[in-house]
Amino acid sequence: MSERILLGHGGGGSLSQGLIDREMRPLYTDPGAPLHDAASLALPHGRLAFSTDGYVVNPLEFPGGDIGRLEVVGTCNDLAMAGARPWALSLALILEEGLELALLRRILASVAAAATDCAVQVVTGDTKVVERGKADGAFLTTSGIGLLVAAEPIGPGRIEAGDQLVVSGDLGRHGMAILMARHGIEPHPPLLSDCAPLWPLVEALLARGVRPHCLRDLTRGGLASALQELATEAGMGVRLIEERIPVAAAVRRGADLLGLDPLHLASEGRLVAVVAPADLEASLAVLEPQGGAWIGALERQEDPQGFEGAAQAGSRLLLRTAFGSERVLTPPSGDLLPRIC
Amino acid sequence: MSAALAAQLAATAAELAACTTRPWTLMEVCGGQTHAILRWGLAQLLPPGVRLIHGPGCPVCVTPAATVDAALALARRPGVILCSYGDMLRVPGSTATSLLALRAEGADVRLLTSPLQALAIARAHPDREVVFLAVGFETTAPATAVLALAVRAEGLANLSLLSAHVRVAPAMEVLLQPDAGSPDPLCAVQGFLAAGHVCGVIGTTELEELVERRALPVVVSGFEPLELMRAILACVRLLEAATPRLLNAYAPVVRPEGNPAARALLAEVFAVVDQPWRGLGLIPGGGLALRESYAASLDAERRFPRPGAFGSASEITVSPGPGSLASPRGGIATPIPEADPASASGPCIAAAILRGQASPLQCPAFGQGCTPEHPLGAPMVSSEGACAAYHHDRPPPHSAHPAPEVPR
Repeated sequence: MSERILLGHGGGGSLSQGLIDREMRPLYTDPGAPLHDAASLALPHGRLAFSTDGYVVNPLEFPGGDIGRLEVVGTCNDLAMAGARPWALSLALILEEGLELALLRRILASVAAAATDCAVQVVTGDTKVVERGKADGAFLTTSGIGLLVAAEPIGPGRIEAGDQLVVSGDLGRHGMAILMARHGIEPHPPLLSDCAPLWPLVEALLARGVRPHCLRDLTRGGLASALQELATEAGMGVRLIEERIPVAAAVRRGADLLGLDPLHLASEGRLVAVVAPADLEASLAVLEPQGGAWIGALERQEDPQGFEGAAQAGSRLLLRTAFGSERVLTPPSGDLLPRIC
Repeated sequence: MSAALAAQLAATAAELAACTTRPWTLMEVCGGQTHAILRWGLAQLLPPGVRLIHGPGCPVCVTPAATVDAALALARRPGVILCSYGDMLRVPGSTATSLLALRAEGADVRLLTSPLQALAIARAHPDREVVFLAVGFETTAPATAVLALAVRAEGLANLSLLSAHVRVAPAMEVLLQPDAGSPDPLCAVQGFLAAGHVCGVIGTTELEELVERRALPVVVSGFEPLELMRAILACVRLLEAATPRLLNAYAPVVRPEGNPAARALLAEVFAVVDQPWRGLGLIPGGGLALRESYAASLDAERRFPRPGAFGSASEITVSPGPGSLASPRGGIATPIPEADPASASGPCIAAAILRGQASPLQCPAFGQGCTPEHPLGAPMVSSEGACAAYHHDRPPPHSAHPAPEVPR
């Protein structure tokens, strides 16, 4: 019988201590340092970015990643979207009684590997165990701080009419990989999550002299939700050229099969950059070699026609199809449920 | 989407414009086709006067509220694991409650992508009762039949079916009937684009009979933009030439005899019955019910009797040839609209939309309180429903706006 997490592993006694010493401590930058209630960090001068995120994913391990990699990469990507180099993370685990210890070990190894990939340190953490049935295997919560590198603030407040949209790669791989894993669909070759750190791309953009007005990682809700949020914040409309939006054939086929829109599917290693027209060429020079592409632009809603129709549908997004027809793109409403036939 | 495909589509659209001399109204039957049409903005490429109305081919939309109510009642029973397809979990019954809402309250409701997944669930939980809510057209019914055979072969005692499968061709015929109390037909359709995947199973015989009886063209169509455009062109050509006949424009998938293996499965497990469709009323021959030999052991309605709550389907005596599921009758009764409190009480016009009498954009509730998050009618719930298609992929009012230039 395999070793499993017991309620006592979260009880603060010797079982807890053993778990921390054997499984958690090796994650920390200096595993030999005495553990204390809080980490103290020596930071360079400047401004910090701070972000937090909770991770619940079923299944815990999926093609191309697991919840451990997801939480490190996800939080670091959130920091990167503010133009910040990820610096330090906390890691809180809520484990379900009965979780296989071997699975926990794999998740933690994945946390460590992802932290190396992201050049970030895990500096503090916590572990709790809840009764069987009260959690879906494991929930992870991570807060992260990053050092703001970009000279100017990056955020929706800086978006201007005429800004151009560039994505960093093909969309929806993570969401489709998860859905397929969940529904027992096994494509050949396997479709892997795109879970990957985005800071290197942001750093490359900045190094190239691009001054992004805004960056957004295309996670839950996909491109449609991300652009809808940005357009709403900016009070503008978005016009997209469908054939420019990169979507892998396997993702498109899977979306067709399940009756879903690939533009609603999450990616965990893709961003959209909102840049001034003058910065477009430099942005593409960085992102196109990664599979990225120009996909459209932001416009003042009162200028062009068509956005009234979008507004009626609660959307700010218009999409021009390959055939020259146009449609409103609406963000997903809730759970993505596969259709019947 | 390649430039070559776009060019082919434009050429087909030009051909269509050239051969169209007057207005025509076509109906695409299947919800998947409706979505493709909206998704690719195909209506914007049609010549003026050629109009597409959207058919009832959305399995979630036409599943009677009573069936959903029955599923909800079963899901509420202690020990029951209620399984169904994704869309079906979100659809409200005669009240606002859905299976997903029940799940949030603690019911064990599970989403399947294949009926056979129910087998594993039943094996893993021998102490529980697993019920599969089986809905859909002739596309999903064979998979339900495979499940029924597997349950029987394995002797699984804790798996039953709440089955409400429907047949497309009888519903197409009902749409051509006079509306109750009106000399006008229920819907102004002059030609059909038939659902390619359903025809892939049942073949084209039933539709040929429809063409003969009703003297209107039916074109079996696929789901890709170019397939749909070519099917529209073919249908308009038949109309212009006043030569009503059946044309198979989805020949790579649809054989005249359909899929014999699937048809044999259907004939083995199901009998053709009169069936109420949500929004359309009772459709003679419009449903498939488990044959007595299967129903006796597998029918969830019998295993868990609920007085007065189940079943309006009655078995018709059928004398088909081997493997045949041909319509049992030529004559069609006037449809009786099914009482649907979810739509009857409010501004929702789901019934008219399912009959092709109205576009979702004509509904006063569309986007004004009826959204996929808060659906008033079934066509907004399912991703295959016409209202959801308009919500998701609405054509803008001004479609002639030039595309933005690629900036470099």
